[in-house]
Parts: sequence; C-alpha cells; structure tokens
Amino acid sequence: MTVPRMTTSTSGPACPRVLALLAVAAAALAGCGGDTTAGADPTSSAAASTAPTNATADSAALTVTDPWVKATQDTMTAAFGTLTNSTDAEIHIVSATTLVSERAELHEVVTEDGAAMMRQKQDGFRVPADGELELTPGGDHVMIMNLTEPVTAGDQVEVTLTAEDGQTYTFSALAKPFTGANESYHSQDGSTMSSPPVSADTDS
Amino acid sequence: MPPSAYDSRSTGPSNLSRRRLLGSVGLAAVAGCSTRAGSEPGSGSDPSGQPRAPAVSAASLEPFYGAHQAGVLSTPALFICVLALDLRGDAGRDGLRRLLRLWTDSAGRLTQAHPALADTEPELATQAAGLTVTVGLGLGALTKSGLADRAPAWLRPLPRFGIDRLQERWTGGDVVVQVGAEDPMTLAHAVRVLSKDAEPFASRRWRQDGFRNSPDDTKNRNLMGQVDGVGNPAKGELADLVWCDAAGPDWLVNGSSMVVRRIEMDLADWDKVDRPGRDATIGRTQATGAPLSGGDVHAPPDLDALDSNGLSAIPHFAHIRRAKTGQPVERILRRPYNYSELATDAAGLSRSGLVFITFQADVDTQYVPIQRRLDELDMLNRWTTPIGSAVFAVLPGCEPGEFLGQRLVGA
Repeated sequence: MTVPRMTTSTSGPACPRVLALLAVAAAALAGCGGDTTAGADPTSSAAASTAPTNATADSAALTVTDPWVKATQDTMTAAFGTLTNSTDAEIHIVSATTLVSERAELHEVVTEDGAAMMRQKQDGFRVPADGELELTPGGDHVMIMNLTEPVTAGDQVEVTLTAEDGQTYTFSALAKPFTGANESYHSQDGSTMSSPPVSADTDS
Repeated sequence: MPPSAYDSRSTGPSNLSRRRLLGSVGLAAVAGCSTRAGSEPGSGSDPSGQPRAPAVSAASLEPFYGAHQAGVLSTPALFICVLALDLRGDAGRDGLRRLLRLWTDSAGRLTQAHPALADTEPELATQAAGLTVTVGLGLGALTKSGLADRAPAWLRPLPRFGIDRLQERWTGGDVVVQVGAEDPMTLAHAVRVLSKDAEPFASRRWRQDGFRNSPDDTKNRNLMGQVDGVGNPAKGELADLVWCDAAGPDWLVNGSSMVVRRIEMDLADWDKVDRPGRDATIGRTQATGAPLSGGDVHAPPDLDALDSNGLSAIPHFAHIRRAKTGQPVERILRRPYNYSELATDAAGLSRSGLVFITFQADVDTQYVPIQRRLDELDMLNRWTTPIGSAVFAVLPGCEPGEFLGQRLVGA
C-alpha cells in the first residue's frame, strides 16, 4: 500500500490521519467535477467521502499526490506533485502532455555557474518500485509550454504522463498563485528563456 | 453566595446611584436565561467547577469537512484572526468561485496538519493546534456575482444604532474568513496561505486579530476585567439557534450568519470605576462572574431577585438584564475576543476592546432586537463604543471533492 509522505510530528492515531490525507489526495485527483481517467484511482470519487481510499487492489500503478500547477498569465508554467509507484517494478515516465498547452516536457533543475537552470531531463522520470518521485519547485517538474489559454488560480489543469511501456496516467492539478519557480530554461539548442517572474507581489 | 453589598451613595465621577436610576423593575421572569451547561468533554470546567485539561492541544485536529463548517460551535480558539476582503472589480462570480475553491483546498489541508499546495513553509503546518477556517460572504459578494436575488433578507449592514461610531475601515466586506487556533504560529501561517490564495481575486478590507484567555465561557475575560461570554445558550439549544434551515435560501441550509462588531473600550475612564460600580454595570461580579442575584458563575441570573435593600439585585440598567429580551428565539451565540493594540494617539496608553463575534440563524430576528435594547439602555455603553460592524452569511460545510459555497456559485 502506498503511504503518502507525512510530515507531521503530532501524536495520536496515525490511521485517521492517513485516511484523511488519502481522502484529500483522492479529492485532488477527482478534482471538482473533473475527470478521473486512466491512471487515476477509479474509485477515488466514491472514496472522497469519509470512507478510506483503498490504495491496494484496484488502485492504479502510479498515483499523483498533492498535484498543483503554478498559475500564470504567460506562455509557460509547471506542474508539481508526488508520483507514487505502487508496483514492484520501476515506472519510467518519458513524456507528458496537457489539455492547455501545445507541449509539455519533463524537466530537472541544475545549478550552473551558481545559478539554477532548468532543462529537459534526458532520461525522463524514473519512479522506483514501491517508491516515490517528488516534482517540486527547484527540482524535477513537468514543464508546460506554449500555453493555449491562461492558467488562472483555481483552474483544474489536466496533465497526462506517458510511460515507456505506453501506459498513460492522467491527473488534475489545481492552479495556485505562486511567485517562485522562476528558473531560467536552457533548451537543447542552447537558447535560454526565463520563466517570467510574477509582477505583482502579494500583500502581507 | 450573597451578592456583594451595594449602597446607593455615589462613589465618584462614575455616578452609579441606583436610587436615582431605578425605574420600575416589573420584568417578568425571563425564559431561556441560562448559563452554558454541559461543556464539551475535556473542555472548560465540569459542573463542580474543577478545571479540566484544555480541550485543544497543539496536536488537536478539528475536522474540516461535514455538514457544517467548523469554528462556529467548536470550542472557541484562543487566537483568532478575522479577515475581510473585497472582490476585485473584474472578479465576478468566476473569481468568487475560484477563491472558494482555493480556500477550501487550503483549509482542508492546513486544518489536518498538512501543508497547503504550493506551501513555501510546509514546516509551519505540522501543528494543527485546533485550526479552524470558517468562510462567510457579505452581501457585496452576492451582488458582484449577480446573485443578489439569492441573498437572505438579513444579509445587509445592521441598522444604525445611537451608540455606533462606525469607522469605514472596520466595517463591511464582501468575503470573510475567520481563522482560529490554539497556537499563534499555526494561525499566522494559515492566514498567510489564505491571503495568498485570495490575492488574485480580492483585496484586504480589514483584519481583526483577537485573543481569549480561556476556551471556557465561564472563565474567559475581557480587558475590562469581566468574565465575558457567560450566558450563551445551552449546548443542546445551539443547533436550533445557530444553523440556518429550509426557511431560508437553499444554499445556506446548515450555514449560519455572523456579525462582527469591533467594540472599543474606554479603559482610561473605566479605571475610575470602583468595584461595586463595575459589578452593577454588568450585573455580574468582576471577581467571579457570578450574577448579582446569587449563586456562582454557572448560576442563571435571576432578574426578579432583590438585594437586602429590597432593590433589584441586578439593576435595571445592567448589561445582562438589558441583553435579555424575554423572547427565547432572540438569543445568539457570542464569541467575544479581545484586542489590545498600539495607541495611535499620544493620549492613549493602548487601544483595547472586543472583536465581538456572534452567530445566529437570522440576524434580524435574533441579533437586532438584543442590540436595540442595549442601544436604548445599557450602562456598559458609557465605556464601550462600536467602531466597526459587518454582517456575513456563514456558508454551509462541504464534503471532500466539493468546495464551500458550491451550492451558491455553482461548480
């Protein structure tokens, strides 16, 4: 059974909190009226009530916990979350697509000359057997490029990951206001462009 | 315990001669004047008065999802932040929907001691500390969303009262969120996350921070030194008094209404009032909060009781007498919080007062009659001035996969 990462140090029974987190994660996958498609737990809508999510028998091989996308009015953005592999074999993600963009790429962040740069991750995302891979600002992420529509905070953005074996996994990511994740992008041909910084800072 | 002896001689500038002020005191027995009975397990004190362990510890989780929002009937948190915002001009119903979806998602996580999505300080979300997040809508949110026809009749500013000295900066608001926690860090982090969520759609109108010194209504005090919050309706009666039902708009069933009054205290003048004067002003002793009619703080006030001089034990001008209309439906749930802030003028030592929050199913039928009586006569008015006022519809709760207010704005 996949165990979502928990960061709390509070006392008390772990079980209800695990269930609560699974319910939250399942809700994230189900979205607000969004689809649950191949790759998402087909029972997640039902499980998004108070009943615990059964992440064992029927669950998909790959689930995405706490997915989100950075809201933007510009041409590109990024998707984050935790990829969890419930099988005993590595899952090798090799490409990504979204409904809101012409392209999506799998990116990593590296440091060059003391500056953080993002670039395509040549080997894609390898999620270990019975393990996780975190997609996070400053780390691996799905780069969403050439947006065909703005990504407004509160949107649900559908992202599809494709594995080497052809299996696809789709998840719905909530768009959040976020002022970080502004690394420069180094493309293969050596050209660079920056993920545009957010212009208006938030009030305290 | 006999009421403290009070004689009619004036005792200084704050002249509280009861003989002079006494009018006819032929009030009938008042139904429904009750102290808060049956505290929740683990909270406050048991009937014997022995204090129990605090209801909410740093590790406590308050459920977020459900028929009702938390933070209304919940044990009152020690620290509160009430944040009122106005929708931006271009937000409209779509912007309101997005805001509610984002707030629901963040609140569902933070209240369960999980970071919000995109949380840049997830380390600050590890202690739930009883965190509650309660969302309400002012009339402006409905108007700006083209939904004014679905507003309940009471969703508008309160009538003007003679005692009011309302300042625009503390009044009104399209959207409100009440955030409560036992720990100031948990509270601050939650408020910041919710503020960031709201920023694309709404600008801050006002923010009121407050604190209690006890979750127990019979122990909590305000900065005038009074036990404040005693006499809320009994636990078994609260559901009927607080939750909106099918008589109102469908989207509000299982919601409530919230009045937020900022009440400034004139502590400099209150300093001059002696103990008997203070007790008579409220109708309870400052020492224990016991009503002047006798008993301890848990005892229901007896408005017919006479003191040893044959005068009403609870003066006709006393706050707790004036706050009782005699109509059982005209009762509210009071959640007073204290504020103590930097004085903005050289003369003051501090600005102190109450963030006075009440919940009731219908503001017009429950809150207004009480406020009207207090406006007509309440000795306490000499030292308190409402400087802010706002009325909100508290949304019903929601289930996982839904968001707050979904029934109103649509998915």
